[in-house]
Amino acid sequence: MLEVPMLDVRGLEARYGPVQVLFGIDLSVAEGELVALIGANGAGKTTLLRTLSGLVRATGGSVAFDGETITAASPERRVRRGITQVPEGRQVFTTISVESNLRLGAYVRGRDEAARDLARVYDLFPALAERRTSLAGELSGGQQQMLAIGRALMARPRLLLLDEPSMGLAPRIAAEILDIVLKLRDSGTTVLLVEQNAAAALEIADRAYVIENGRIAMQGTGAALLDDRQVMSAYLGLD
Amino acid sequence: MLSQAVQFLFSGLTLGAIYALVALGFTLIFNASHVINFAQGEFVMIGGMTTVFLVGFGLPMPMAIALAVAAATGIGMALEKLAVEPARQASITTLIIITIGASIFLRGLAQLVWDKKLHALPPFTGDAPIGILGATILPQSLWAMGVGVLLLLALRWFFARTLLGQAMLATANNRMAAQLVGINVRRILLLSFALSAALGAAAGILIAPITLTAYDVGTNIGLKGFAAVMLGGLGSSAGAVLGGLLLGIAEAFGAGYVSSAYKDAFAFVIIMLVLLWMPRGLLGGAAAERV
Ligand SMILES: Nc1ncnc2c1ncn2[C@@H]1O[C@H](COP(=O)(O)OP(=O)(O)OP(=O)(O)O)[C@@H](O)[C@H]1O
Ligand SMILES: [Mg+2]
Repeated sequence: MLEVPMLDVRGLEARYGPVQVLFGIDLSVAEGELVALIGANGAGKTTLLRTLSGLVRATGGSVAFDGETITAASPERRVRRGITQVPEGRQVFTTISVESNLRLGAYVRGRDEAARDLARVYDLFPALAERRTSLAGELSGGQQQMLAIGRALMARPRLLLLDEPSMGLAPRIAAEILDIVLKLRDSGTTVLLVEQNAAAALEIADRAYVIENGRIAMQGTGAALLDDRQVMSAYLGLD
Repeated sequence: MLSQAVQFLFSGLTLGAIYALVALGFTLIFNASHVINFAQGEFVMIGGMTTVFLVGFGLPMPMAIALAVAAATGIGMALEKLAVEPARQASITTLIIITIGASIFLRGLAQLVWDKKLHALPPFTGDAPIGILGATILPQSLWAMGVGVLLLLALRWFFARTLLGQAMLATANNRMAAQLVGINVRRILLLSFALSAALGAAAGILIAPITLTAYDVGTNIGLKGFAAVMLGGLGSSAGAVLGGLLLGIAEAFGAGYVSSAYKDAFAFVIIMLVLLWMPRGLLGGAAAERV
């Protein structure tokens, strides 16, 4: 690669107490790309995203964003720099209204800019506009996922980390969410997407990584991995 | 008959306003950290005692009050920075024990800095009782209730209308998600100790002219505040206020109709009965973590 990738991860290691989970992850995401990350349950996908957003401290290796090392930066600083994670299981603020959830998404940016972006998010998710005064905990699963994504967009991320956004949703809603992800990529947001539904993820991804027991096992374009027999059998349940 | 009941109600509401402020202090810190801060009563003591001594030095009352609230706030923040923050990785039980240690330390320090005597703070605006509905009320009681209500309204506004207040609610609701939107949750914890200490100090200053103050008043009033929290439902701000008021009223009526010797017991019996039927407190559960 000639230019510096937006996100450059080298030899990343992470652990929970004595248990090491990530063993030297190398991964990069170029500006404007939609990169998918697939792998079995417990492979370390969530841990990798949490290490990128700063919730989990790296115990080895480095993370660079726009060419600057941020391996030890706090989550707050990473949000300010443009990395926002949509966590697994949505994690909306259940006891707070939909609109306040969205405003909190712009916490690092200040009120005036938030007001402008609210309209943009409601445009993208009309269902949220209808329920702006409801408590987030009263929304359906699909709406909560939209809210979680909308809240992340309120931070105006340059790199969006999405952790299984279609988990537990009806197929039609899941497809809708993945459509939105594509739309976001097309409008210039760089995306790193973790997906349980590997086939769907590979179909929309520019490139993809397969993670196995905390190590990158394979990588390639979405199309190439879709064609790969090994990937097919291991992650798509097909032979 | 009626005038007697009104009389008890006045003293109950006065006490209740104080308990509510202390209970809110517990709630703020609990929501930010799940720690029950057993040094909460000491903020009450520091507020009252500091004001007494500054007034004794000849400072005008408003200035003494402002400085006392500032001192308590500073001590609250120091408690978080020096004792709670360094032990952040420890279990909640450890953190609670740390706050018990801090309360013993602060009590001992107060005894050293000041003394072991009871002190009276002069009432803010005289002590001529005002007659209402055949009962009488001290001007200081009106101060306690009035300022209590004002502080409650201010808190409501803070949580409902300011981004920082919303960030505190968000952190209470989901600490991880709060971090992911860029909220510095450690600063929120520091803020919760500062606010709790200020509320406690305000309570201590408001009540000092009525019940006297001393280095060890924090123990009893802290326990009452905690009882109010349990009665209202741990984590609920509305519950803290409700629990405080009910506790104050129960205590006043118990003391008036039964015997003042049993007023504490009377209040605690009510709490136990409520908790027997509603283990999560009156407004616990669904209302938890809401303002
Ligand atoms: N908070 C934690 N403390 C200890 N171990 C953890 C913790 N979170 C995850 N793990 C362990 O780390 C490993 C990787 O977990 P991780 O959640 O990153 O996997 P994943 O690929 O996201 O899985 P899934 O597809 O189920 O979401 C697992 O073995 C898991 O048990
Ligand atoms: Mg996961």
